Amino acid sequence: MTEVGASLLDRLAALEEQGLVAIRAAGDSDALETARVDYLGRNGRLADAMGAIGTVEAKARREVGQRANAVKTALLAALEDETRRLSDAEAAGKGPRLDTTLPARRSWVGGLHPVTRVIDEIAEIFQDLGFTRVEGPEIETTWYNFTALNIPLDHPAADMMDTFYLHDDVVLRTHTSPMQARVMEAHEPPVRVLVPGLAYRRDSFDPSHAPAFEQIEGLAVDEGIDFIEFRSSIQHFVKQFFGKDTRSRFRPSYYPFTEPSAEVDVSCTVCSGSGCPTCKRTGWITIMGSGMVDPAVFEAVGIDPERYTGYAFGMGPARIAMVRHGIPDMRLLYEGELDFLEQMA
Amino acid sequence: MNLSFNWLAELVDLEASFQGDAKTVAEHLTLIAAAVEKIEPVGEGLDGIVAARVLEVGPHPNADRLSLCKVDRGDGAPLDVVCGAPVIVKGALYPHVAPGGTLPSGFAIESRKIRGELSHGMLCSDIELELGRDKGGIMRLADDIVPGTSVGEALGLPDTRLALDLNPNRVDLGCHVGVARELAAPAEALRERDFGTSWDPAWRDGDDEASGAGLRVRIEAPDRCSRYLAAVVRGVRVGPSPTWLVGRLMAVGARPINNVVDATNYVLLEQNQPLHAFDLKTLNGSEIRVRAATDGEQVTTLDGQTHKLTSAASVIADRDRAGALAGVMGGLDTEVTTETVDVVIECAAFDPAAVRRTARETGLSTDASYRFERGIDVHAGEHALKRCVELILATAGGEAEAEAIRVGPAPTRPPVQKLRLSRVKQVLGLDLGRADVATHLEPIGLREVESETSGGGAEDVLQIQVPGWRTDITREIDLVEEVARRVGYERFPDADRRFRTSSVPEDESVGAAARVRRELVAEGLLEARSLSFMPGDHLGNRAIVAVPNPLSNEESYLRAAMVPVLLRRLEHNFSRRHRNVRLFEIGTVFDYGETPDQFREQRRVGVVMTGGRRPGHWSGPVPDLELWDIKGIAERLAHRLCGSLVTAGSEASDDPFLAGGWLAPDGFRVEKDGAIVGIGGLVRASAVDGPPWAAPVLAFELRLDAVEPVRHATYRVTSQFPSVRRDLSVTIPADVRAGDVEAAVRSVATDLLVNVRLFDVYAGEELGEGRRALGWAFRFRAPDRTLTDEEVESEMRLLSDALEEQFDAKVRSA
Ligand SMILES: [Zn+2]
Repeated sequence: MTEVGASLLDRLAALEEQGLVAIRAAGDSDALETARVDYLGRNGRLADAMGAIGTVEAKARREVGQRANAVKTALLAALEDETRRLSDAEAAGKGPRLDTTLPARRSWVGGLHPVTRVIDEIAEIFQDLGFTRVEGPEIETTWYNFTALNIPLDHPAADMMDTFYLHDDVVLRTHTSPMQARVMEAHEPPVRVLVPGLAYRRDSFDPSHAPAFEQIEGLAVDEGIDFIEFRSSIQHFVKQFFGKDTRSRFRPSYYPFTEPSAEVDVSCTVCSGSGCPTCKRTGWITIMGSGMVDPAVFEAVGIDPERYTGYAFGMGPARIAMVRHGIPDMRLLYEGELDFLEQMA
Repeated sequence: MNLSFNWLAELVDLEASFQGDAKTVAEHLTLIAAAVEKIEPVGEGLDGIVAARVLEVGPHPNADRLSLCKVDRGDGAPLDVVCGAPVIVKGALYPHVAPGGTLPSGFAIESRKIRGELSHGMLCSDIELELGRDKGGIMRLADDIVPGTSVGEALGLPDTRLALDLNPNRVDLGCHVGVARELAAPAEALRERDFGTSWDPAWRDGDDEASGAGLRVRIEAPDRCSRYLAAVVRGVRVGPSPTWLVGRLMAVGARPINNVVDATNYVLLEQNQPLHAFDLKTLNGSEIRVRAATDGEQVTTLDGQTHKLTSAASVIADRDRAGALAGVMGGLDTEVTTETVDVVIECAAFDPAAVRRTARETGLSTDASYRFERGIDVHAGEHALKRCVELILATAGGEAEAEAIRVGPAPTRPPVQKLRLSRVKQVLGLDLGRADVATHLEPIGLREVESETSGGGAEDVLQIQVPGWRTDITREIDLVEEVARRVGYERFPDADRRFRTSSVPEDESVGAAARVRRELVAEGLLEARSLSFMPGDHLGNRAIVAVPNPLSNEESYLRAAMVPVLLRRLEHNFSRRHRNVRLFEIGTVFDYGETPDQFREQRRVGVVMTGGRRPGHWSGPVPDLELWDIKGIAERLAHRLCGSLVTAGSEASDDPFLAGGWLAPDGFRVEKDGAIVGIGGLVRASAVDGPPWAAPVLAFELRLDAVEPVRHATYRVTSQFPSVRRDLSVTIPADVRAGDVEAAVRSVATDLLVNVRLFDVYAGEELGEGRRALGWAFRFRAPDRTLTDEEVESEMRLLSDALEEQFDAKVRSA
């Protein structure tokens, strides 16, 4: 193609682009009419360009002509569109309007229980460290519930006062820890499990106790697990779950099935450690009982305590949910009251 | 366990390590030993309150209950004071706050007229001084101080009380000496208070019986008491304890009683050894017998309660009768009173289980029983008894017998326990040398003993002598814990989290529950959690497994189904005037197994819903939920998660475990592999305690094990060719079920039938007796071509023929 033809094509392309912008940006019918006259009028820019087609050599004339027609079609279509849009808008401005502030048609909103969400979040964090979730029976033998966990039956923890006995040697489990023994009996190390579930104690139902309550148990057994790894894993959990600015604190405690045993406190999420009613003005909230698996537990399930070590921990998701949502009374969690569940959903 | 900071500071130097700061001490104890739950000041605001001697006491002329006293504050200017206490002893000392002074509460004292008599200040009770809870009246002070002495100073106040939360294995921290050991610097010796008296008796020993000092002691139940030490102090003057001792007791919240009883309590709080004082003259035959109670024997304890005992309880008796509950509480008959002249001090080692039985039988729990149940230091009895006798001699005077009694075999030496440095490394991850370990353990009495055999690997092994007060240390791991604790858990190095693999696969039930939750939340249901308990029968909703020792009737059974428990939650919502309720819960239900000591558990999901199908809207009325809505939810779970169908079934299930007393006739069920795994429908009106404004209640229950592992859909090419809809309205006998008609349609149709939908159900007289009309919409489509009219007609004929043949159907229109 000759230079004349090529430059006319460029001009048409620019004209199309500018024309479309002018039409779409018009905003009202006066401006639109100005744009129409400017581009499509008898003396408009397009007419001007088409007038130049005669100067193009014959063999390119057809192509340039087609291009000019295409530009005209595009501009006319845009003009028509914009005219319709503006007139609709003007009509709407004059006629009766719909009150869109009226309430929407809604469906019922479902939601998970806050304790479920706590359990799920805990599980997710430990799943990243290789833990799997398992569940176990809520009715347990005294062997799994006490004996295998190094709790003698005449120990205060096995007391009738605190335990629901269903039969001589059958109880409602008082913790999820019996699954430690069950899992280790059934599987060779390495073992990494999380056990969510209900546990039962003969506590009357009051603002901070329930006769049945959720627990989530963790157990990690392998060669070479030491207290440093245990503590750093739990610290990782605390930062993930409570936030990276949360501090944690390990302090000595006692459980028959762990040694060394530790309770884990986190800096109060309500007052950040300055002291408030939630943390009983200590700045700390206890979230976990934990420790290195006691060799007696390994022996009870036939694992060599000289070869394997591990850690175990237990948390109360209900209590964590109470802290997280500022729930003052544990009973609210178990009443199934609609206002409460909708707030938490 | 309450600790006095001042007391600890007397035993051990708290300035060097802790700048004498109670909060720092508390934090340290929390991190290495046991949590300090509370730090509270004791005896603040006592400035200006001084000991005043009552010179005269007489009745108030205008009031029966008041007395008029003249008191001397040591400044030679006696003051008149009106006092409301029943007993004011002339010549005794009492705390006095003068006009212009204030009580600890901030209450300002002025001279004022009380019933016409001018009172200059007041004599104070322990409550007014914020030192006690007892209504003990005006606080009498001992004569070891002079009028004008600052009461606070004499009591050793102000002090700080630390409330220690003892772990059950660390009963040794139940006393000030025990806690001081944890705070001591290496090689620091504890400074026990010097009472200025001394007693070193000649021991009269015997295996089960010994006599001396005018007393005979016999252990008749050696399984309940391994050792019994006794001393006799004659000619004591029972009265108030010296002010410093009163102050110590008040600082820890203990109630001062008299100088003898207070001495036993002081030594308990110092040494952890429970002691008891008897009035010797009340012991018939001057005898002490440690024995089982006889059945029906009675003892009235110091708190005034009378206990009827069985032989499970252990008692301290004289020749004739029981006088105290062994290791739990003394008896009223044998207690030390102001009349007492000669006292016997008991220092025994009672068996933990025996004490627990006695405590349980009598419902008592005391400072003594707490310690005996967890184990005391049987090697420390002599020292504790010596401390107690010396304190009594210092505070109550008298003469201690030079002989003391000691019955029972000498306790065996505490064990030597080995500790391998390699084990410390394995469990804790710390590389510690022998000297490091010794630094951590020696201050708390865990000392390395000379190893008798040295040889191969001995470099790794430490032989540690366990002290008598650490009855909890019996294994190597116990020493490993001591090392970890004394290093301080918070001083362990930080490390990165570590991923490890697990040989345990994830339980399918976990994923199943999660998927059920997701579906139900998407349906607008709220997840509830309830306790697993219910009454045995509530409105025909029965449970099966009884709890033998329930807390209440409401919690006397374990649920056998989820729906009944959710119905209770619904009733709760009704009581809160909620009409639109939609709940679900995933939980465990319980049944007996083959024999009454066997049990079955099943995971279930239950759904209960009632009220409007949507929240109300201004555009028009919202219909209430009905059977078809709960059936829709059941289908969603059954089809999407269980790969099974929902079928009709009015008889819920033969399985009592799944049966619901709640289900009204004409329900539906979910079947899988020939078994019923779910039931649902309308809830019987009689099964819910609902208000008149309640809408029909719908419920559904499904076994969670019916949920299948995730199955991923396989993509099928959808046809590019148009589909054709044809409607078919047929009349059928009323007892033919729509589900059977649909099943027949599906079984005879070819692949061209892609969708079946029932769009109309009609019953009218013109249809004839016992008939109803069903309107079906069928959609046909071929994957590879546009269907011709002929093809579709042929399909329709196939269907209508089949229905006519199988169900006596008549085509109304096509
Ligand atoms: Zn706080």
